[in-house]
Formats: sequence, C-alpha cells, structure tokens
Amino acid sequence: MTDTGPTMKRLLLTLLLLLLPASNAFAALDPALVRQLAAEESDDKIAAIRQLGASASADAAKVLKAMADDELLVADEAVFIFDGEQAVDAATGAVIDPVPETYESITVNNRLRSELANALAALKLYDPDRAVRLAAATELQSNAGIGMAPILAAAMAKETDAGIQALLKQAHALANLENPDAAARLAAVELLADSASPATRGLLLPLLDEANEPDAAVREAAAQAVDAIEARLAFGEILGQIFSGLSLSSILLLAALGLAITYGVMGVINMAHGELLMIGAYATFFTQTLFRAYFPDYIDWYVLAAIPAAFLAAALVGMLLERTVIRRLYGRPLETLLATWGLSLILIQAARMLFGAQNVEVANPVWMSGGVEIMAGLVLPWNRIVIIGFTLFVLALVWVLMQKTRLGLFVRAITQNRPMAGCVGVPTGRVDTMAFGLGAGIAGLGGVALSQIANVGPDMGQGYIVDSFLVVVLGGVGQLAGAVWAALGLGVVTKFLEGWSGAVIAKIVVLVIVIVFIQKRPQGLFALKGRFVDN
Amino acid sequence: MQTRRNFLKMTVLSSLLTLSGLASFSVHAAETIKVGILHSLSGTMAISETALKETALMTIAQINKSGGVMGKMLEPVVVDPASNWPLFAERSRQLLSKDKVDVVFGCWTSVSRKSVLPVFKELNGLLFYPVQYEGEELEKNVFYTGAAPNQQAIPAVEYLMSKDGGSAKRFVLLGTDYVYPRTTNKILRAFLHSKGIKDADIMEEYTPFGHSDYQTIIAKIKKFAGEGKKTAVVSTINGDSNVPFYKELGNAGLKATDVPVVAFSVGEEELRGVDTKPLMGHLAAWNYFQSIKNPTNTAFIKMYRDWAKSQKLPNADTVVTNDPMEATYIGIHMWKQAVEKAKSTDVDKVIAAMAGQTFKAPSGFVVKMDEKNHHLHKPVFIGEVKGDGQFNVVWKTKGPIRAQPWSPYIPGNDKKKDVPDSK
Repeated sequence: MTDTGPTMKRLLLTLLLLLLPASNAFAALDPALVRQLAAEESDDKIAAIRQLGASASADAAKVLKAMADDELLVADEAVFIFDGEQAVDAATGAVIDPVPETYESITVNNRLRSELANALAALKLYDPDRAVRLAAATELQSNAGIGMAPILAAAMAKETDAGIQALLKQAHALANLENPDAAARLAAVELLADSASPATRGLLLPLLDEANEPDAAVREAAAQAVDAIEARLAFGEILGQIFSGLSLSSILLLAALGLAITYGVMGVINMAHGELLMIGAYATFFTQTLFRAYFPDYIDWYVLAAIPAAFLAAALVGMLLERTVIRRLYGRPLETLLATWGLSLILIQAARMLFGAQNVEVANPVWMSGGVEIMAGLVLPWNRIVIIGFTLFVLALVWVLMQKTRLGLFVRAITQNRPMAGCVGVPTGRVDTMAFGLGAGIAGLGGVALSQIANVGPDMGQGYIVDSFLVVVLGGVGQLAGAVWAALGLGVVTKFLEGWSGAVIAKIVVLVIVIVFIQKRPQGLFALKGRFVDN
Repeated sequence: MQTRRNFLKMTVLSSLLTLSGLASFSVHAAETIKVGILHSLSGTMAISETALKETALMTIAQINKSGGVMGKMLEPVVVDPASNWPLFAERSRQLLSKDKVDVVFGCWTSVSRKSVLPVFKELNGLLFYPVQYEGEELEKNVFYTGAAPNQQAIPAVEYLMSKDGGSAKRFVLLGTDYVYPRTTNKILRAFLHSKGIKDADIMEEYTPFGHSDYQTIIAKIKKFAGEGKKTAVVSTINGDSNVPFYKELGNAGLKATDVPVVAFSVGEEELRGVDTKPLMGHLAAWNYFQSIKNPTNTAFIKMYRDWAKSQKLPNADTVVTNDPMEATYIGIHMWKQAVEKAKSTDVDKVIAAMAGQTFKAPSGFVVKMDEKNHHLHKPVFIGEVKGDGQFNVVWKTKGPIRAQPWSPYIPGNDKKKDVPDSK
C-alpha cells in the first residue's frame, strides 16, 4: 500500500474539493483544452480527450463524463455544465450568469465515445475502490490503442491487486500490438495467447498478414496464439448454439403445452389456442400497467404477479369457450375446427378494440435484462435463462396435476375411454371444462413468457398456432412426454439449421422434415400403448 | 339442430366483427375532394404505419382549417390493408373505383407498393409513397417522397467507412426477406465492390416478416465481427421484428462502439417500444430526425403533439415524429400546391403540375420535386441513438441531393431513362 500513498492522498484531496460547492470544484483544467472538446474536427476533440484523460485529475473525469452523457454544453465561446439550475464553466468552475439563451450539447459519435470510455476508464485506474478499478480495467479490454500503453504501464506499476494486475497486463499487451518495436509486439502476442476472447482474436488476425506485420517471428507467434484462442472459442460457440436451441425449445414447449392437453389429451382441434397465448401476454401487459400506476416501487416484480393473473385470465376464457361453444361440438372435429377458428377471429378483434391494433410495450424487468458472460464470447441473456427455468416449472406443474391429482386421473381416464369413465362415475362434463381450462391457463402462462421476448399484439397468437400443432403432432397425440421431446428436437434442429442456412430456409427445411416424419410415423414420436376406444 | 343454429350464429357474429374492423369510414359534406389513406393499422407493419395515417389526417385537418384546396374541403377515406399485401391491391381498387378518391397517400413496404401498382396504372390513380425504398422503379402514377438509395443507403455506408464512422472494413447486410432489403443489399454489395471490399468480407442474412428470435443471427454477427476487421451491420429489418432484434442486441452486449448497426427502417416511432439505453450509439440514416432544431420542425412537432392529444392517441404524451411522417406531410402539401396550380384534381394535370414544386420541409431545407423523375431532392442525415430514444445527428449533407431511382451500381441501369415511360 505504501506506493499508492501519494495518489490516494491526491484523490482524497480532489474528493474533498468535489464536496465543496461547485464553483470551487474546478481548478486546474486548461480552458483552451476544454474549449478544444467542442472543436469542429473529431481529430482535435480526440487529442483533447486524450490529454485530459492522461491528466489523472478528478475534474477532467467530471468533464469527460458529462461529455459522454451529452451534458457538456457549448454556447459561442463558453463550454459549460449545468449544476442544478446554474450554468458552470467546465474549465474554471465559474458560474455563468445569465445562462446562455441558446446552447447545444457537444456532438459525440461512436469514435469519440470509445475514446471517452477509454479516457474515463484510465482516470478510474487510480480509484481507491477496488471494484471501480476492476470495472475500469475490464472496460479497457476491448479497444485500447497504442496511445493508452504508457498510461496502462504506469497503472500496472501502482496496482497491487493480482486480478486487476492481470487484466491490466492483458490490456497493455493489446495496446502494444501497435507498438513499432517488434520485440514489444512479440511479447504482447505471446501474452495474449492465453486469452479466450473473440475480440483478442480479432486483433491478432491482422498480424498474420505480411502486409500488416513485417516481422516473421511475430507472425508465427500470432498464428499460434490465434489457433490457441480458436480452440477455446469453438467450444463456447457450440455451447451457445445448444443454448439458443434450448431457449427456442422452451418457448415452443410453453406455446404447445396447453395444446398438448386440449388437443393431445382431449382431442379438441383448438384453432383459438394462439389467442389464449395472446390473452396471457395481454394479462402481463395489464399487470404491468397496474404496477406502474399503483406500485411503481415494485415494478420489477410485476412479472411474478402476472403469472397467476395470466393463468386465471386465459383459463376463464378457455372455460367460457368450452361451456358455450366447444362442448356442443365434441366428436365433430371439422365443425370444432371452423368454430374455434371463428372464435380466434373474435378474440383477435376483441383485443384490437380493447387495446388498439398496435403492439403494446411489455418491458423486461431489470433482473431479466442484459446477460451473464459464461465464458469469453458467450453471453447468455437473462430473459432466456429465466424462461427456460419457467418452462421447467410449468412442466413440473402440469406433470403433478396430471399424474398426482384426482383431476389428472379423471382426465386420463376420460382420454382412454370416455363411456367407461362415465359409467364408473367420473363427471365427464365437468372434467372436460376443468381440463380445457387447465390447457388454456397453461397457454396463458406461455403468453407471459412470450411477452418477455416477442411482440405483444392482437395477432401475435397466429404466429405460434402452426408451431404448436407441429410440436403436438410430432410428439404424438395424447402424450405430454412426446411434446417435450418434440419441442426439444424442433428447437435444437431449427437453431442448428439457422446457423447453417439462414432463418428462411431453416423454417422450410424443418417443415419438410416434420412432414416426411409424419408420413413414416403417423402416430408421432410416442404412441399411446394399450387398448383404446377408437372413435 | 340447436347446436347447428348456435354454430351458425357464432359464425355470422364473428364475420360481422371481422368486417367491422376492416370497413372504411367516411364523412359526408357538400362539396369535397376525397383523399384516400392506405396504411396498415394492424399486423406486423402497424408499428410503423399507424403514425402515418395520423400524420395524413392531421395534415388534412390543417389544410381544411386554412380553407381547404380551391375552396373545397378535403375528405379523408381511411382503409386498413392489415399488413396483408394482396389486400393492399383490393383496398386501393376500392378507394379508386368505389370511393372515387382523387389521390391516395399510403404504403410502407415495397411489397405493398408493388402490389398496388397495377391497380393505379389500370385506373390511372395517383399515389404518394412516403417511405425510403430500393429504387429500380419510376411510375407515372406514383410520386416518391421518401429517399432513393443514393439519398440514404449509400451515404450511410460511406459514413461507416469513414474515419468518424469507425472505418468499417466488413459488412453484415441484414434484412427482412422481401424486395426492398434484397434490392438494397444488391446495390450495396455492388457499391462495396466498387470500394474494394471483397465478397468474403460481406455477410448477407434474411429473416421472415415478424421474425422474433434473433439469437442465431446475433451470434453469427459476433463471430463474423471477431475475424480481424472492423465490422458494421446494415439493417433493413422492417416492422415489429426490430423490437426483438434490438432487445437481443442489447442483451447480448454487442455495443455500438464495437459493432455499429445502421438501420434504414428504424426511426423514433419504432424505438418507442424499446429500452434504448443499451442501444446508445447505434445509427440510423434518414432525411429527417425529430431532434433537428429549426422553427419549421418545432412547429411540426408541436402540431403533431397537439393532434395526438386532441385525438386521444395511445401514449399521446410521448408521441414522436419521424422521417416517413415528414415525407407524408410534404407529400400532401405538395399535392395541394399542384392541384392549385393545375386548378383541377385531374390526375394527369396534377402530375404535370407536380414537377418543380417546392416546400419548406421540417428538415430545415426547401425540398423540391424533381422536374422529371417524380422523386424529391432531399438532404441526408445520419443520427446516433440517444438514451431517450431520439437521434443525435452526427453527419449531414450540405444540401438536398437529387434522387437516382436507377442506381448506377446495378448493371444496365445506365441505359434507363430518368422519366416515367408513359409520360
């Protein structure tokens, strides 16, 4: 800790200064340099950013932060920041009174933004807080140019934490790839061979070309490093594909699970199934609106409240449909098909009248946004991870309901032999309603999941009806396990095909595969065994 | 029979309900000029097109308030083709032959424009098309108030290749699978070849309309970008697919400073449904942005906000203006000027009077309808997405550019005439 002493002191001092009123906070910035931040040419701006970044001053950090946030303003000759209501000169800290009438923020494009990010990260490398330094060192992993090399070297000398030290070393090596000295480049390349990041590979690749890299030894080392990194990346890539396949499977399964009960088990060709998904998604939207209006503090948890709401909403609609229309058409598949199709149109139009024809916005809660980096180059989005978990939960729920409850027993009995079940006292009519409600409710749960990744609109269900039937038919009618395997197979195959041929072709090929499969094996993956009444 | 009768009832009821959603409405007045509005108010394109219907109605109300056209009030006839391309043709036939409108403002996707073209040619109608498109078309019956490729796509790619745009050397051309993205990408590929970029450094990908799972594509872009050269993505994704695309982009941690995405069909309206913080720095190229500061634009934005409030549009307090809305606004005003010049709503006379019309546009420039080629001379802006869903203009042309509907980058186009055939 001894060698960080002076820096610490200086930082504490500047921190103390920052606590004083804003007018005193700025002291040591060169006005001309700050003025240059508002220059016409990006090159001039960048030069100023780099100088300020190297100054290791907290004032510079404040000005650069304001610039990155589009809050550094310019009016004629003055460059200033708003501090509350007051306009404060960015360089001197003097209050500008009156506030200029017309001003605009300094335009920042991507090139400037990455320079700003680097400069800000460099300024944070001396922060007393380990977490801040770690974040800064991580930030510098992607595009540190040769200009950063001396700053990084200085920071490395001061750094005591081993983890941050390693990151800095890596960033220093990245910066040194542009070093005119071949020996420095070679050392950098050798160090980078241990990396597993696609960005590093991207930076090393140009060194394989003689046009970019005159030194043969460096070229050789770079080739070896690229091979080593690629071997590590290949694994991650396959893992990524499997994950996206699993994610698609989970969505297919959620969409199809309700149908597996209503069509698979009860034999109702329910064309309005997609609309039950839509009802679930709108219930989520409705819950979100309620939370926004009444419990804004708990807005992040509205999804949890949406789960029972969507289940109930969809189940009620489902039971209503069963009682009023579908019940009268049992055993007449063609009429059921037409009637449910009509119902789906009614439901779509009802949603359009209630919520408008445009898609509604369902926001991901904060804990479902972003992703987690499993390994370098492989980021798994949280919303998809949560949905896979949710699918497993719904699956367990359905399994318990079907296998362990009286209702499940009745449903299974009716599926196998309706008259016989009736004879031994199963109230077939009521069970039908309950089972249909259950299937609809599960579809509603699917709608909650869909609302988190797809668009929520009146006709969103139309896009899932074909996929849902595909899953159920492929899995084998009457079998929940079949639906699981079919969804898994379809999801993973689609994703691998997409990677190889693009989304449009993949969709066609999957359809052809399913048709051929059904031709060869009409009963689907799993056929029910045992004796049934064939009606 | 009980069940059958019920079934019949349901069917009748459902078809009635469906019809009620599609039926057009019209207001009766003594002496009016009928104006057709042909935009999808439902389906995948509703996200973009609904605002254009509102803009058209607003502009018509504005014109009526100041005395109408030649002393006659304009009477809007709104129909909903529901993002269904054949239905566009059906609805436009209805507008032209049943409602007898004098002009139609409408369409967004090129496939919908291509679908109505034969109808407009057959019945000699007049269509104002307000959206940027792929060019390769010049019809007597159509005025194009959106951008041709040289007024949007080409400058955007040039910017990406410039130092400030990140000196991109590799390009991902990503689009929805239909005529506009395919043709634009064909032009861009030829353009990139002319700049010395090899096929190995260009990746082309398409997704169906309404696609919502962009995991594979984002993974592919990541992989492609990690192959040693600065990569940029040119997106011609249309409609509500943009929401899942940008969501996935944000979740996958692909930042604009690493791989910038420039979009040609994403504006302020499309970003309303997205959390834009992870998208900071991604780009869009248009001929207008809401963030452009000038008195004409301030008035335009205020007019639309007031309109949204008075019409009680959903989320009226957060409505935004965008490029195709500006193009709709310009189109209706120019048509009014042309009718007044021709002293008639006769299609052929109005077409002749359109040539050379000028209008002070909200973009801050005076835009002019070309004397010959039915396209506007427009300025080009490139903007970066800000945290609040608006765009920060980072590049613009000095003045309006003349449109080249026949892109010089497609072989054979040098022989094509710059005027519609039947003129």
